[in-house]
Amino acid sequence: MSTIDRGAVKHVALLSRLALDDAQIASYSGQLEGILSYISKLNELDTKDTPPTSHALSTLKNVFRKDAVKPSLEVEDVLLNAPSREGDFFKVPNVIEGK
Amino acid sequence: MERLHSLTAHELRALMSKKSARPSDILKDVFDRADSVDGRVKAFVRAAKDSARSSAANVKEGRLSGIPVLLKDNICVRGEETTCASKILKGFKPPYDATVTKKLKEAGAVLIGKANMDEFAFGSSCETSCYGATRNPWDLDRIPGGSSGGSAAAVAADETILALGSDTGGSIRQPAALCGVVGLKPTYGRVSRYGLIAFASSLDQIGPITKDVEDAALLLGVISGYDEMDSTSVDIPVPDYSRSLVRDVKGLRIGVPKEYFVKGLDREVELAVKESINVLKALGASIVDISLPHTDYAVSTYYIIGPAEASSNLARFDGVQYGLRSESPEDLIDMYTGTRSEGFGSEAKRRILLGTYCLSAGYYDAYYLKALKVRTKIKEDFDKAFKSCDCVVTPTSPTPAFRIGERTSDPIAMYLSDIYTIPANLAGLPAISVPCGFSSAGLPIGLQIMAKPFDEETIFRAAYTFEQSTAHHKRRPKL
Repeated sequence: MSTIDRGAVKHVALLSRLALDDAQIASYSGQLEGILSYISKLNELDTKDTPPTSHALSTLKNVFRKDAVKPSLEVEDVLLNAPSREGDFFKVPNVIEGK
Repeated sequence: MERLHSLTAHELRALMSKKSARPSDILKDVFDRADSVDGRVKAFVRAAKDSARSSAANVKEGRLSGIPVLLKDNICVRGEETTCASKILKGFKPPYDATVTKKLKEAGAVLIGKANMDEFAFGSSCETSCYGATRNPWDLDRIPGGSSGGSAAAVAADETILALGSDTGGSIRQPAALCGVVGLKPTYGRVSRYGLIAFASSLDQIGPITKDVEDAALLLGVISGYDEMDSTSVDIPVPDYSRSLVRDVKGLRIGVPKEYFVKGLDREVELAVKESINVLKALGASIVDISLPHTDYAVSTYYIIGPAEASSNLARFDGVQYGLRSESPEDLIDMYTGTRSEGFGSEAKRRILLGTYCLSAGYYDAYYLKALKVRTKIKEDFDKAFKSCDCVVTPTSPTPAFRIGERTSDPIAMYLSDIYTIPANLAGLPAISVPCGFSSAGLPIGLQIMAKPFDEETIFRAAYTFEQSTAHHKRRPKL
């Protein structure tokens, strides 16, 4: 396992769509370093032949439902919380250049 | 009619069936109590007075007719603001009811509002809420535990009769222990998560926080069951949990894991838990020494899996469909970044960064995959232990409630508050916390009982027998 320096925090912040100032980067870098060093305890364990568990219950299998027509939420209900809307759509800033 | 607020749901139901109390009397008394103490406890983030009054005036017939219930602020109620105590969801009014909300309404419950919590359930102290910290009713300078701190504090302070919380690493059991009430995390899959705003989807489970074990059994019976809206809910029948409320532990094999009684465990908590084990033994249970050798790795495993799943779940908060949107962004990416940076608090950002790091290219195998493999080992520990015992008894929290601000600058110290509760989430097991004593400073201590998947009945049997043979659950804070 590795260390997490300020560059790594900046990169992860970009991936997470979070803007951090220099003070936050310094503080998170120190804290994450501490957490990752605590977590590295897991390296003491040999897991070569251990299968991963992504779900605690072995009873669970892929769940399929019938492809049946059912009522869905009303358009007005869905758009009720929209920060910005136009007609029946959520409105966002331009994505394509040449606005 | 006075002091109705101090009664349990089953006591109130008995009163109502004798026509000695009406739902509107109960509701008025509960709101009066909340009005007089919540300025100090700060358990509520929103009281739904009007809708509660109209539902109390015309209650549906059901198992919870006329009983006030407070919901954690991450459980959706149609048309009622639901924010996860986060600025990013301020003003969000869900267009649908969570399945548990629907079931409560169908059972005649009176929903009285929303309880404070750590932001997105990220915390063990209720201090990361955008509304500010909830206080422990036993000592207002101390934390109530978290993340369901508002739910537990409100039950302890008699500001509600019943409450729901959610538990990802101990978020129901630890605040229940620290506030001196009963909190149950059901088996993963027992209760539908539809309409619970997700933190870590392979760990989250909704459960009851109540004044006694009988109420926990009553409330669990109402909210349990398969739901086609949650593909991880399990389609097996819901037992009548009231039948498990027997005062009898004769022949019950209780496992006591040596790894839970180690350095870091407060001396007074250790004494109270050992005394409780003696009580169960005197009542006829047999005590079995067991070993859960990977206990010491549970917190590390959880702090990879939890943040990894959370970073993925919280990607949906981008300012497009609901909640906060940053002002005048330059472009779409700027809108995402601005919204998330303004909307999330510092612990949420910390977990998003940690989770994203553990899932990112080059680190996935070293962290996330490694944690999933250790999760297997932790689960195998329990599988093995349950060959020689029917349930496992441990402390719920290593210490009683700590002071407000004491651990906010030290994430690892905060994370270690959940050292005894995390394993049940990783293994998907049901687990309860019941009051088992008080520290010399008068702070509550909780006893945790874990059982096999879908064996809530054994938990209720052991917890009820213990509770009815002791008086800890009858003590209430002076407010």
